[in-house]
Amino acid sequence: MFELLGIPPQALFGQLLLGLINGSFYAILSLGLAVIFGLLNIINFAHGAQYMMGAFLAWMLLHYLGIGYWWALILVPVIVGAFGVVIERLMLSRLYKLDHLYGLLLTFGIALIIQGLFRNAYGISGMPYSIPSQLAGGQNLGFMFLPNYRAWVVVFSLVVCLGTWFMIEKTRLGAYLRAATENPTLVGAFGINVPRMITLTYGFGVALAALAGVLAAPVYSVNPNMGADLIIVVFAVVVIGGMGSILGAIITGFGLGLVEGLTRVFYPEASSVVIFVIMAIVLLVKPAGLFGRA
Amino acid sequence: MTEATPLLQVRNLEGWYGESHVLHGIDFHVNEGEVVTLLGRNGAGKTTTLKAIMGILAQRRGSITLNGKELIRMSPRAIARAGIGFCPEERGIFASLSVQENLMLPPRVRPGGLSVEQIFELFPNLQERLNSQGTKLSGGEQQMLAIGRILRTGANLLLLDEPTEGLAPVIIQQIGRTIGLLKEQGFTIILVEQNFRFAASVADRHYVVELGRVIDEIPNRELEANTARIQGYLGV
Repeated sequence: MFELLGIPPQALFGQLLLGLINGSFYAILSLGLAVIFGLLNIINFAHGAQYMMGAFLAWMLLHYLGIGYWWALILVPVIVGAFGVVIERLMLSRLYKLDHLYGLLLTFGIALIIQGLFRNAYGISGMPYSIPSQLAGGQNLGFMFLPNYRAWVVVFSLVVCLGTWFMIEKTRLGAYLRAATENPTLVGAFGINVPRMITLTYGFGVALAALAGVLAAPVYSVNPNMGADLIIVVFAVVVIGGMGSILGAIITGFGLGLVEGLTRVFYPEASSVVIFVIMAIVLLVKPAGLFGRA
Repeated sequence: MTEATPLLQVRNLEGWYGESHVLHGIDFHVNEGEVVTLLGRNGAGKTTTLKAIMGILAQRRGSITLNGKELIRMSPRAIARAGIGFCPEERGIFASLSVQENLMLPPRVRPGGLSVEQIFELFPNLQERLNSQGTKLSGGEQQMLAIGRILRTGANLLLLDEPTEGLAPVIIQQIGRTIGLLKEQGFTIILVEQNFRFAASVADRHYVVELGRVIDEIPNRELEANTARIQGYLGV
């Protein structure tokens, strides 16, 4: 079997695949954050907790109601998105005229409460969630073994990300969103219901986090801290891509997942910090992010 | 002879930007089908008056009625749906949207909104630049886009804030012709202007605003005889 720079292909492509998987979650989560930040100007620190809620709700649907993975993919984003709508209406909507910091503090508090509640109820040992039978097993590609579920996560995430990008960049609804991001007052003066759009946008961003949670449930152990561990990296991804940049969130999410995977192959000691090193460099060289507008 | 009920009646309108009291009791009216200008120096309160009518000025008090319906507590969205369209001074062209997207952005909230084809008849230049980014247009084209855009909503009262600002004379003439065409089509227009000659060429009546109050009203037919008075108000 051939080797690349002395690395066996199984190790290289295995880590690249793992990087792509992580990148898929980074992309969906940072996309949700970017959509929310773009219109609401709120840094949604509860995003990790909402991702965890997605995974837990999938587990609960299966455990208590016998509702499986495929229905969870549809039901969980709707339910957690509706929870986001309630949060936005009851709490976030009161903060729009204040500094960004207040939204960040409120969502941070919400994240702590959600995580605390789940920790009290289920502990931190984690719950197993099986891969759906249709996606069990994998393909031997010769140079590596490709688990079906992981391939599904990458492809489905890509479809969700590109679908969201298309919706925002190429449709009339997306034009409303982009215009409201620039000048919500004027958009309201055209007779468009901007407050409702803001509410639904937050709900959509939260639904994306929950969808990522459902996808993650069979890959990682479902536990109350799974979002807290991930969200710090996702914030770094958003900063590198450029706050509020949709395309930036997607490309940077997948790209940084791959970079992380490659680092794990060539210099494993740096794999947990490489994204933060890149963030520091990007902040120094291009403070608005790779795809952000200064 | 009894005078017809005005389309828009503004009474004792007061407005604030935070602590700053800007409008001190604006009174004026606009009849259906009229073009009326608010003239005055910089900082007189003309733009703020338009923003208060549109509901964009959050702190406002007094009375603004459209066809007898009180607007003072309504949101900008509700006011747009009542039939008022606002074209801001800075034109409000969205940088992240193409010309076509900018044009198609306002929904038709009332019957009577112009179709895109009708807007192209008024502003043929826009048709050739549909795929350009909105802010890449020239100043004149941006102004045409800004005016064309609000015609889609079905508004019959248009608030145009300094539509000639910074434009070349030939473009100003074109904007003037368009305002004339809109008037012929039955639109009612309130125009904030500092360009007195332009205002004279398009308007039926003029209100002079100074220090947040209307201090004079001059019919256009009497403008010639009152040029010195106007120039005194405008400081030209």
